[in-house]
Amino acid sequence: MSSIRIVARTQSWRNGAVILPLVAVLITLLVTSGAVFAANANPLQVFFEIFIEPFRSRYSFLETLVSATPLFLTGTAVALAFRSGYYNIGAEGQLLVGAIFAAGIGPRLGGVPQIFGILAMVFAGAFGGLVWALIPALLRTRANIDEVVTTLLLNPTATLLVAGLLNGPWRNPVTHFNESERIVAAAEFPILLSRSRINFGFVVAVIVMIIVALVVHRSALGLKMRAAGLSPEGARFNGLAVEGLLLKAALGSGAIAGITGACLVGGIQFRLTEGISGGLGYTGILVATLGGLNILGVAAAGFLLALVNVGASSANRVFGIPAQLSAVISGSLMMITVAVMLFRRYRLVYRKAK
Amino acid sequence: MSFLVNVLEAMLRVSTPLALGSSGEVVTERSGVLNLGIEGTMYAGAFFGFYAAYQTDSRWVGLAVAIAVGALAGALLSFLVVTLGVNQHTAGLGMTIFLIGTSEFVNRAALGTGFGTSLKVETFGVIKPFGLGGIAAQYGMTYVTLLIVVPCLWWMLRHTSLGLAITAVGENPEAADVAGINVKLTRYIALIIGGMLMAAGGAFLTLATLGSFTLDIIAGRGWVCLALVIFGRWGVFRALAGGLLFSFVYALQFRLRLLDAWQGVPFELLLALPYLITIVALVASGRNAKYPGAYLKPYRRA
Repeated sequence: MSSIRIVARTQSWRNGAVILPLVAVLITLLVTSGAVFAANANPLQVFFEIFIEPFRSRYSFLETLVSATPLFLTGTAVALAFRSGYYNIGAEGQLLVGAIFAAGIGPRLGGVPQIFGILAMVFAGAFGGLVWALIPALLRTRANIDEVVTTLLLNPTATLLVAGLLNGPWRNPVTHFNESERIVAAAEFPILLSRSRINFGFVVAVIVMIIVALVVHRSALGLKMRAAGLSPEGARFNGLAVEGLLLKAALGSGAIAGITGACLVGGIQFRLTEGISGGLGYTGILVATLGGLNILGVAAAGFLLALVNVGASSANRVFGIPAQLSAVISGSLMMITVAVMLFRRYRLVYRKAK
Repeated sequence: MSFLVNVLEAMLRVSTPLALGSSGEVVTERSGVLNLGIEGTMYAGAFFGFYAAYQTDSRWVGLAVAIAVGALAGALLSFLVVTLGVNQHTAGLGMTIFLIGTSEFVNRAALGTGFGTSLKVETFGVIKPFGLGGIAAQYGMTYVTLLIVVPCLWWMLRHTSLGLAITAVGENPEAADVAGINVKLTRYIALIIGGMLMAAGGAFLTLATLGSFTLDIIAGRGWVCLALVIFGRWGVFRALAGGLLFSFVYALQFRLRLLDAWQGVPFELLLALPYLITIVALVASGRNAKYPGAYLKPYRRA
């Protein structure tokens, strides 16, 4: 009888790291075109609007980079933690608390030089994210409490904290809107290119990515973290202090997620607002996975998902298709990618009938 | 006195979706699989249950559709994590993002509303057995969940061959395989049953308590269920006890908000209290919790 069998590869397929994600994207587009059809639109036109149109206009392209900036950061945050075997699913909450700290210090930086103001914002964000990441990290390393559950529970808690501040003590005293006081000019991230929203946050994201890439791929600490992630028992057997490594990865991850919040406050919103994140922390998990937990991959995946986000809202304007298409594409892409990536380690063998 | 009655009455109502979701996750995790798709499955159950009920004018059809969607979600996740053996964290989260996205997409495309809808369906009503009011005045689904579903699941897990097979493949799939249990099929069944329960929990919110669908309707309840499973050490009754504790704190803060003395406290901070209590309870009970032996491990025959 002829049959198709799945056989383990003797060596992992190197080119697969590039080819397979592209295959995953293609399959995702095929699958999600069903949703586009159902909403009475032509998938070819919609996907053209999402993936090609941004490259034809300066503004759309820069807007995609603006949208990619927080994804670079949350993707890097998640990749750093996952690589070390610490499942930080709390980037959303850490981002929000980082934004709270940045929005708290932002209006009080009047009279300082702008470079100091920006640094203060970034550090405030990092500190906020770190604080929020510290609780689950300590619970995991000291009491062996599953970090997946605690980081997840702290996400809605942070959302409520933001809402509580904005409806209570931080409600804008002038407009009475539920948004905090505007940050001062010295705390604002400068715009990099005229007639766009691309700002210093993009530079922050690139710097953070370079630092994390150097630490993970080129330092002893990074090697130890990866060892702990691949096999905690093995790492422990070889004398590595796995708990200490997990704590470092968790706090680094939280700090980066917090910096994302600072970038959103300093470069886009200039204040704390209720919808400031809208799931960027969760999308970061998708970016990290899609990027194969390495930083170049995160950059590519972050850009791709930014295209999907920006493109879905422009497809919404042009074709009236719901902008939630971006979440449909993202979610399918995540599941399809993990499935397709198996072919790095396995291959299909067709056996002819005998 | 009436204050306490109010709180306890609300506690049972609030605990219903948590009891369904957490017992679904217990069945799933007992088979050695983590389902992080729970938040999305509850969301899809809430939306598609409402949508079907709205289209057909029948809450029963709505409930049936919600449960079917849950079964499909369970089967799809099984294909990814049981058949293909991919990372369970990623597959589950992808499932959650996909199901929430799809629900909101369909909501927007078919019902044409974005910011929560004012569309209403007829809900399952409150019943008052023997004319009793107060704490006993509860939705029929609450009675069914607490008095029938959860005890039956307990019995199923402990005393039926399916339940024992689920536990066996979760603890030691190699041994179960040798003993003639079909490991993959058993896990599929566990995930499908789990998905049905989670979706029914979501549907309770739209088809019983609210009668309508609003965005972010689940608001982290799925994540709470994950905590309850660990708190309950993979037992349905103990997870239910945790759910009642969460619901008690939830109901209490809700009542406190109505008191004058508490007017100054932003209600969101009180709303956050149950999540924090859950973490505290987890710390108190979950230290070095003993996970199922094959937790997170895909099974491949050597």
